[in-house]
Amino acid sequence: MKLLKNFKGGVHPNYEKQHSEDKPIQVLPAPEVVVMPLQQHVGAPCDPVVKKGDQVLMGQVIGESSYAISAPVHSSVSGTVLAVEPRPSVTGRSVMSVVIQNDGQDTPIEEQQNPILKSSDPNQRIDVDGNLIRQAINAAGVVGLGGGAFPTAVKVTPPDTSHIEYLLINGSECEPYLTADQRVMEEYPDKVILGAKLLAKAAGAEKIIIAIESNKPEAIKILEKYAVPNEIEVITVVTKYPAGGERMLIKAVLNREVPSGGYPHEVGVLVHNVSTAWAVAETCLTGRPLIERVITVTGSGIKEPGNYLVRIGTPFKNIVEAAGGFNGQPERVLCGGPMMGLAQFNLDVPVVKATSGVLILTEKEAQKYEPLPCIKCARCVDVCPVYLMPLKLEAFAMNEMWEQAEEYGAMDCIECGCCTYICPSKRYLVHYIRLAKQEIIAARGKN
Amino acid sequence: MSNTLVSMISMGVLGIGLSIALVIASKKFAVESDPRVDDLEGVLPGANCGACGYAGCRSFAEALATGEAPTNGCPVGGASVAELVAKILGVSNSGFSRNVAQVLCKGGCAEASQRADYDGPQDCRIAHMTQGGDKGCTYGCLGCGTCVAACNFDAMAMNENGLPMIFEDNCTACGACVAACPRDIIILTGEEYGVHIRCRSHASGREARQVCIVGCIACRRCEKVCPTGAITVENNLAEINYDKCIVCRKCVEVCPVNTIEWQEGKGPVRQKVGA
Repeated sequence: MKLLKNFKGGVHPNYEKQHSEDKPIQVLPAPEVVVMPLQQHVGAPCDPVVKKGDQVLMGQVIGESSYAISAPVHSSVSGTVLAVEPRPSVTGRSVMSVVIQNDGQDTPIEEQQNPILKSSDPNQRIDVDGNLIRQAINAAGVVGLGGGAFPTAVKVTPPDTSHIEYLLINGSECEPYLTADQRVMEEYPDKVILGAKLLAKAAGAEKIIIAIESNKPEAIKILEKYAVPNEIEVITVVTKYPAGGERMLIKAVLNREVPSGGYPHEVGVLVHNVSTAWAVAETCLTGRPLIERVITVTGSGIKEPGNYLVRIGTPFKNIVEAAGGFNGQPERVLCGGPMMGLAQFNLDVPVVKATSGVLILTEKEAQKYEPLPCIKCARCVDVCPVYLMPLKLEAFAMNEMWEQAEEYGAMDCIECGCCTYICPSKRYLVHYIRLAKQEIIAARGKN
Repeated sequence: MSNTLVSMISMGVLGIGLSIALVIASKKFAVESDPRVDDLEGVLPGANCGACGYAGCRSFAEALATGEAPTNGCPVGGASVAELVAKILGVSNSGFSRNVAQVLCKGGCAEASQRADYDGPQDCRIAHMTQGGDKGCTYGCLGCGTCVAACNFDAMAMNENGLPMIFEDNCTACGACVAACPRDIIILTGEEYGVHIRCRSHASGREARQVCIVGCIACRRCEKVCPTGAITVENNLAEINYDKCIVCRKCVEVCPVNTIEWQEGKGPVRQKVGA
């Protein structure tokens, strides 16, 4: 009997994974019209390289950028460009998007890059050059599919000075309701392993650790078959939100702390999501760019919750339709999980690379509270996984004391929402900390 | 000699010696300070609001004494303080043109459409961060009253329609509301200017009309009718150059959506140039 790998803080929300964890991944047919936002990643937005009326093929580049931190956007269907115009996105703002009418043929682009891997055997030795893998990942527009959307090619190219010891493959999926990563691990374990090996090769990592929360015994069992001593290890971490946070995972698994304001490569670790590993393997095996991903459609507000392989750019309304439609009156539609997801007011917004799920909550699930005065119980301090004092930060933000907020580490906040979840007075802690972060960044920009 | 006498003499000598040293030091190391700075600080309002652009009233007074700041630089004090400052400094009073805040949005609950039900904290900056707020218009007032909370001079209040009102008599043009507004719909402008284009939406005419019945649709009628070329329509929004406006109010009459407004009683401020 061993203690599970743990970290400080965190909360235990109702996991509610039973809605969709046993549902196999279904392929959702491509919609008639796809909307491809030209910024689906962290970094510089892409410039459109097609115009209205152009014919595009599946996998064709429709947006690219000359900046270093960016990822190209590819058409997920073949058809005609209907418009290149700002369209609403999941963040609530309008983003320049390419709207494509699907011709239903799915004609792939001819000069597709050659697959760099010949065999799909997960136990093979990766002999491909690391540079080649990085180039393939970059050309395919792969970004962090866990929700961060940071360009993967940039992430596996750490600065010269750092030496990567471990590649952590993040299979925690700590957000309640979401099961997409779990299904990917259970259904495509060979590709996850292959993708992890490719990422390790590209980054020069010595060892691969796959970290999975203890509430996914099936996935742990399946992946443990591929474990190789001193090369690949599967580690069970505690079931606790936010175990899937990069810093929390490194702390739990390796007992290393990423310095404030620093990056994981500074402690010799890289963290990638299982879905990202899957996407990398897909790209290296088929040469096809990232044009589809697995998402979870779940919640009590949907008739047939499940896991779906959808094209990037599929509007939410098509997804809701495919999942049997709303179950009664939906109270709230979220892009992502209930802890960090973004509430949507418009079902025309498309699925982007970082969309891990669509969550439909009923009135019972989406309760509203009126905030009461802070009683200084310090539960938020207890649960904060990055050692902050949310009650202090909130008070500073409410009084516009941005400098003090910065002194108390507001910029280290990962916006996981544990403090707001646990607060007995139901105060808007994370909201005000986000405001403080925004004001601090604005002040830095001025100086 | 008694001990008393010894101590009296020694303390006396010590006292005289030290006082001479102090006098010499005070003459030699004297910091030249402008006596007017204290007088100036005395006449300033003492609110330390920072509206003048200096850290507080004291540093503004120092800047005044060196001639760096203009005599009418204190918007809170207004004309009376400008006059006193000019008197202390012995310069002619260059006059004071008072600024007031203007809210450039007319789309309250009755005019603008709601696209969502926002139930987060009542702070416009947070509402703006949360998916751009609940209003259909992504440029207009969010109605949470962050500007009213920022006002230190009781010059603002939210009206029943969910828009901030400005009590111009109390407004000191300190700029706190301008800084608080995440949508940049509050501006400071001369109190004598009476015609305002109360919209900041850069949405196309069709989109603007869909979300708000008083939003600028960029029809360019005001631009065409303006005799002095004070109004220009750029990027789907009419903007007024207050310096050119003669408050003829022709634009107010032609505006089909009532975006342009004349504040009753204000203007005409100057004669039409070259007419």
